[in-house]
Amino acid sequence: MRLSCCCHQEEMAGAGASAKITRLFFRENALSDDILVDIEDLHFNYDGRPVLEGINIRIPRGKVVAIMGGSGCGKTTLLRCIGGQLKPSGGRVRLGAHLLSAMSQKELYGIRRHLGMLFQFGALFTDMSVFDNVAFPIREHTDMPEEMIRDLVLMKLAAVGLRGAHGLMPGALSGGMARRVALARAVALDPMLVMYDEPFTGLDPISLGVIGQLIRKLNDALGATSIMVTHDIQESLLIVDYIYFISAGRIVAEGTPDALRASSDPFVHQFLHAEANGPVPFNYPAPPLRADFLGAA
Amino acid sequence: MSHPATWLRRLGHGVIESVWRLGFAMRFLLAVLRFSGVVFSRPQLTAREIYFSGALSLLIISISGLFVGLVLGLQGFETLQRFGSTEVLGSLVALSLVRELGPVVAALLFAARAGSAITAEIGLMKTTEQLKAMDMMGVNPLARVVAPRFWGGVISMPLLAALFSAMGVLGGWLIGVVFIGVDDGAFWSQMQGSVDFRYDIVNGVIKSFVFGVAVSLIAVFEGYDSVSTAEGVSRAITRTVVTSALVILALDFVLTAFMFRGN
Amino acid sequence: MSRSTIDLWVGIFTAIGIASLLFLALKVGNLSSANLSNTYTLEARFDNIGGLKARGPVKSAGVLVGRIAEITFDPENYDAVVTMQIDGRYHFSRDTIAAIYTAGLLGEQYVGLTTGADETMYKAGDTIRQTQSAVVLEQLISQFLFSKAAEGEGTK
Repeated sequence: MRLSCCCHQEEMAGAGASAKITRLFFRENALSDDILVDIEDLHFNYDGRPVLEGINIRIPRGKVVAIMGGSGCGKTTLLRCIGGQLKPSGGRVRLGAHLLSAMSQKELYGIRRHLGMLFQFGALFTDMSVFDNVAFPIREHTDMPEEMIRDLVLMKLAAVGLRGAHGLMPGALSGGMARRVALARAVALDPMLVMYDEPFTGLDPISLGVIGQLIRKLNDALGATSIMVTHDIQESLLIVDYIYFISAGRIVAEGTPDALRASSDPFVHQFLHAEANGPVPFNYPAPPLRADFLGAA
Repeated sequence: MSHPATWLRRLGHGVIESVWRLGFAMRFLLAVLRFSGVVFSRPQLTAREIYFSGALSLLIISISGLFVGLVLGLQGFETLQRFGSTEVLGSLVALSLVRELGPVVAALLFAARAGSAITAEIGLMKTTEQLKAMDMMGVNPLARVVAPRFWGGVISMPLLAALFSAMGVLGGWLIGVVFIGVDDGAFWSQMQGSVDFRYDIVNGVIKSFVFGVAVSLIAVFEGYDSVSTAEGVSRAITRTVVTSALVILALDFVLTAFMFRGN
Repeated sequence: MSRSTIDLWVGIFTAIGIASLLFLALKVGNLSSANLSNTYTLEARFDNIGGLKARGPVKSAGVLVGRIAEITFDPENYDAVVTMQIDGRYHFSRDTIAAIYTAGLLGEQYVGLTTGADETMYKAGDTIRQTQSAVVLEQLISQFLFSKAAEGEGTK
């Protein structure tokens, strides 16, 4: 029986800001050629070590785009730059008409109300029930009456097939179910852009297929745009519109699933067929064998 | 075995690292204070934390207070008997508790019971990306998660210390008056004659408030600053308890020097 | 996790905490007896206050009648000015003697007021005229030793 008193003062100021942002989103929609996310020459250094070195990505509205690459290639960093959680070392990230690097923390919080993000392992709030988890962004950002929140939450949960689980605690959910609840939470406020960080990690084949289908279905139903960071190539080829391959902080290949299947690019070939050796080497850089094994003798 | 220069370098590195962390902790405190409006705008968030760090510590605090009082009563009687002044047992027990033991021991217990829990909770939320998720939803975790826990601790601490002292006085009374047979009237009147409200009790409350700020800050900071692994969280919990204990005792010395200068 | 249960517990916790504070203030401390609004001040000058401390007791016939508020040094007369807060219920005649005594052999020092027979009473802010300084143990011992030494020389 939580009271619907989410309307603290900051909220009032925020409501104005978010209305402005929504308007800008739509105005931009009418003007430009339907590009929602525009990344230009993005650089990011972590502790002086370059992680991203000149990424260019343009994501049209309504599409599901996958960003692929091996582990540790900077995919997650890229997502967090798009969400404004990390400040890039160089280059520009635009969301609609907004240049993220020019926005204050408050404006960023405002724009994030229109973004949804699914974290690698769901990141459900462990001290809240499934229902409260999905209701969390609604309660924080709106002052809807409790009955309306209830209907909305149950609708979102029904969309991921977990309406019956609304009373459970996250600890009682399987990995796949937790991911679906997190998905419902990510789309609770009908975001413009949904980002998925490794949505398929650690799921059994059935859950994996379910999540994949849900991502596509929700994207089309909400009229949203989706960016998915993953290394699960087979599932991605089935649901996405466009794929970027990243390796060592650069985009090495891109194209539609069909184009990539037909590609003769060695990197794409290695990735698609899961070969151990190729442009991505099997061996970590090491001194010659002779030095290690015979040098001491 | 290791070279003195290496050793020196490691020491210097350690010192710089600690100063760095101290500066970060202070900046963190200011940030928490900046987002503390949530305490007033959404009091039920803070109430929940008072429940977790205060109400759930009631039992451990009252039982420990009682036992400390029992021991003080026994030891005090034993010593005072030699000087034939057992009637001041009440003053001895009450002054030790109200000025020192109440605030200090209650704060140590609070750090172990509630501080470690706060660090574990925030550390776990960080490890499982709950804080990042919240931030990504446009909800500031400093305001939503950290500030209520900080203020819950700050509010609970003086009340717990008062409870500890009160239980301790009852314990001393139980041993001294009920079991040993010190005169009941002398016990209370000696106590009231020597414990001053402004000088002793208010200063004790101020002490426990300062300890509450210190322990709560350390607990939320260590949780927020923890390394996002199981090992990192467990280390952060250890650091919370160890740092809190050291800071409580050091602060106690400073505060005592300020408050009770014997005039 | 129901909200009302938590509220109940927070209420219980706060009530217990405040009750403890009240217990400390009223039963353990002397908030109930020290009625600060109902006191008046008297001053007394001593040549030597010994180990007298601010907040020390003021007693008459062994009964606590007030507390020492402040002790200052008067640089003109070279003596100590002791300001006392006296309980409003008690009044002392103008021939009262204020003396500094020690409770027991090593106990704390206090101001003892001994009343005389005068009809007029001291009013708030008055200075007690007749005082008796603290007995300093070292002085006593050295006096004793010197007198013994003098005796010894005389008999030689």
